[in-house]
Amino acid sequence: MDVSQMQRQLVDYTASLFREGFLDDQFTQLQQLQDESNPDFVIEVVSLFFEDSERLVNDLGRALNQPIVDFKKVDAHVHQLKGSSSSIGAERVKNSCIAFRNFCEEQNTEGCLRCLQQVKQEYFLVKNKLESLFRLEQQILAAGGSIPLVE
Amino acid sequence: MNMDRSLSTASSTTTRKVGDGVSDQFPAGLRVLVVDDDPTCLKIIEKMLWNCLYEVTTCTRAEVALSMLRESRSAFDIVLSDVHMPDMNGFKLLEHIGLEMDLPVIMMSADDGKDVVMKGVTHGACDYLIKPVRIEAIKNIWQHVVRKRRNELKDFEQSGSVEDSDRPRITTDDADYASSVNEGSWKSSKRRKDEDDEGEERDDTSTLKKPRVVWSVELHQQFVAAVNLLGIDKAVPKKILELMNVPGLSRENVASHLQKYRLYLRRLSGVNTPFMGPEEANFRSMSSLDGLDLQAFAVSGQLPHQSIATLQAGLARTTTTTGISMPDQRNIFDSEISKLRFGYGQQLCNSGKQVSILPGLPTSMEPKQLPHLPHLPQSVQSFGGVGFQVSEGTSAFLNTSTSLRTTLSNHMHGLHGNHGSPLMMQMAQTRSRAPSLNETAGGHASRIPSTIGQQIFSNEISGQVLERSKTILNGKSAGCNPVSQASSVVDFSMNHMTELAGNGIPLASGTEIFTLTSTGMLQEGGNMGLQGSRGFAPRYDMFNELRQPKTHDWELQNVGLNFDTSQSLNSIVQSNTNHTPSVLGNQGFASRKKIGQNMNMYVVGNAVISSGEANGHGITENSAQRPNNPLVENSFGVKFEAIPDLICERLLIADHLGQDDLMTALLKQQQGVGLVESEYNFDGYTMDNIPV
Repeated sequence: MDVSQMQRQLVDYTASLFREGFLDDQFTQLQQLQDESNPDFVIEVVSLFFEDSERLVNDLGRALNQPIVDFKKVDAHVHQLKGSSSSIGAERVKNSCIAFRNFCEEQNTEGCLRCLQQVKQEYFLVKNKLESLFRLEQQILAAGGSIPLVE
Repeated sequence: MNMDRSLSTASSTTTRKVGDGVSDQFPAGLRVLVVDDDPTCLKIIEKMLWNCLYEVTTCTRAEVALSMLRESRSAFDIVLSDVHMPDMNGFKLLEHIGLEMDLPVIMMSADDGKDVVMKGVTHGACDYLIKPVRIEAIKNIWQHVVRKRRNELKDFEQSGSVEDSDRPRITTDDADYASSVNEGSWKSSKRRKDEDDEGEERDDTSTLKKPRVVWSVELHQQFVAAVNLLGIDKAVPKKILELMNVPGLSRENVASHLQKYRLYLRRLSGVNTPFMGPEEANFRSMSSLDGLDLQAFAVSGQLPHQSIATLQAGLARTTTTTGISMPDQRNIFDSEISKLRFGYGQQLCNSGKQVSILPGLPTSMEPKQLPHLPHLPQSVQSFGGVGFQVSEGTSAFLNTSTSLRTTLSNHMHGLHGNHGSPLMMQMAQTRSRAPSLNETAGGHASRIPSTIGQQIFSNEISGQVLERSKTILNGKSAGCNPVSQASSVVDFSMNHMTELAGNGIPLASGTEIFTLTSTGMLQEGGNMGLQGSRGFAPRYDMFNELRQPKTHDWELQNVGLNFDTSQSLNSIVQSNTNHTPSVLGNQGFASRKKIGQNMNMYVVGNAVISSGEANGHGITENSAQRPNNPLVENSFGVKFEAIPDLICERLLIADHLGQDDLMTALLKQQQGVGLVESEYNFDGYTMDNIPV
């Protein structure tokens, strides 16, 4: 595949992610923040997000599996996850967090566990997608091309 | 490298980092501190700020952020903080900052619920951003910095706007003053204020440079006394002016100060639970501010009983009159207050919520102390008043003994530390803020000033109080001691104070005492206790100024008040940092410039401190000069010990904030004698020695 093909692929792929709601405008903001002084900005931020989210998801699992569930704590974790996912533009993860918080308010353990599953699912999905995206970008760059800006 | 992505706004330009604050390319170079426990968000916001050419410092923990701010208040222009953080509630941090440093704070959160946003408003945040934060929102944050500065200036300078009724009675001078807020006031105040340090122009940026009337502790005490005599409802600037009989003071000055004071009171009583009646509130405010507020807080329930008891015990010990007994804290204060006619004191106590007892601020103690201050009853009072505002904030600070430590330290830091007159600044700020803030932040504004005041007081007083109440504080301030480290600034070094006692003042436990003073500074010295010198630097100023009347040998007289002692203290104290004491003197508070004009109070302190320089301490200008500060603090601490009164007084004075306690402590000190009596400590509160 030549560079222009890869670039086209990248553009299409990125557009689909937006279309399907995996990413939202905030992600574009991140892309726009990236510049020459910080060429790996997006990747760095997204990596941070991955790390942090995995930790949060684990903490959530632990907290919900306690004999007595501390919903405040659970809510705090979800809130944080919601914040970071919205900051990078992971829209579906963010939305699932919103639903999650409602169950926390109701102190519904079952509901929370279900939501946690949902969150995990969305998280892994977007993680895979983003990793593919970055891979594609790297390939283009390695081939000497440049990353087209996706609008 | 080959990212053709559109470059972010950054304009490649130039100076991204300005270094000392506002640069010519303002808003470029604006120094922003971002606090957020979420690393993802933190990184994004950092990049956005960077792209806007702001100078960014990030922090994931509120405690760390606070200590950074305390260390060097003037190192930042604005703070962005997340609301939900694991180690400290964002609103709490907001309060602390407001009180101690009076910096504009913007809250951020993914939470956009109306009540959360409202909380931000009431706590004094100047803005609330909903996450995900967009760069457009970040780009404009500089407006808050400018606005704040302008308000400070305006508030401060404004004359009699509050006292409409007095307007017609404006004398020619007043009229002159009133005619053009900036120009007129500058001139008139300049003319009129020979007593205060006029020249503190806080404006360091685009704001106007107007000399402000510096409401020194003494002056404030006088003010409060006058107000109390007249009755808060009947107190009109003209009468107050007459009662105060201070040459060079204009009706406008009094009027605007009164306005702030009222706002402060209102805030205090509004914030406080019905715990205290209006009168009490007044008293409370005083007490709270005084650092003795601890008691107040204790009373208000904020302070753990044991700590309070300890404080009380300590205080009681030291201050004969203070009698800060916990249960009666209020009463005590009230009585004290009544004696002092401070309105402030109690507020803090009352404001239960506010009672975040500053770690060092023996808010409760203060009120009591004040009465004792013979010398400055009035001034003390004034502080009380001022302190009120602060009290509010302080209450928050004072919450627990531990927090005492920290709070005090924080406050102290605020006060001493960085800028020497954090309190002052705060106070100043608060004052200016009060009017403006009252509206918005309600208590917050007042809090802020009080915090500062409190802090100062707390710190100082703490030191004093600490000394006195060594027992108390020690117990409580256990934190204090520890606080010495960064947070302990507040420690008031009570502990240290004792050390400082080199002068003869038995420093209570460790030298932590000073920690309070300059939170930042203290830390530096590492000796929490004496560190004070550092932190005190700013304080010294205050005290120096305040002390003038008292002029103890220490030095207060020279401004170097603290410094002088510090000198000696320094040797004693570990404050090793004998940074140029002079710093404090003048600038200590002046550093507050950042804070703006309000800091006049502090400025006074600074000026005072500068004298300190003479001592050789050269108290650094409060601001950030940490290194210098330490000296100041040290000196301060030392001073405290030695000059318990002086320090206390100074503190009190400086703090206007209402550190009634401080005043009392100071007063006591003065009376006392010296520190020896006071146990040293910060008797600021317990002003046993206060020669009331």
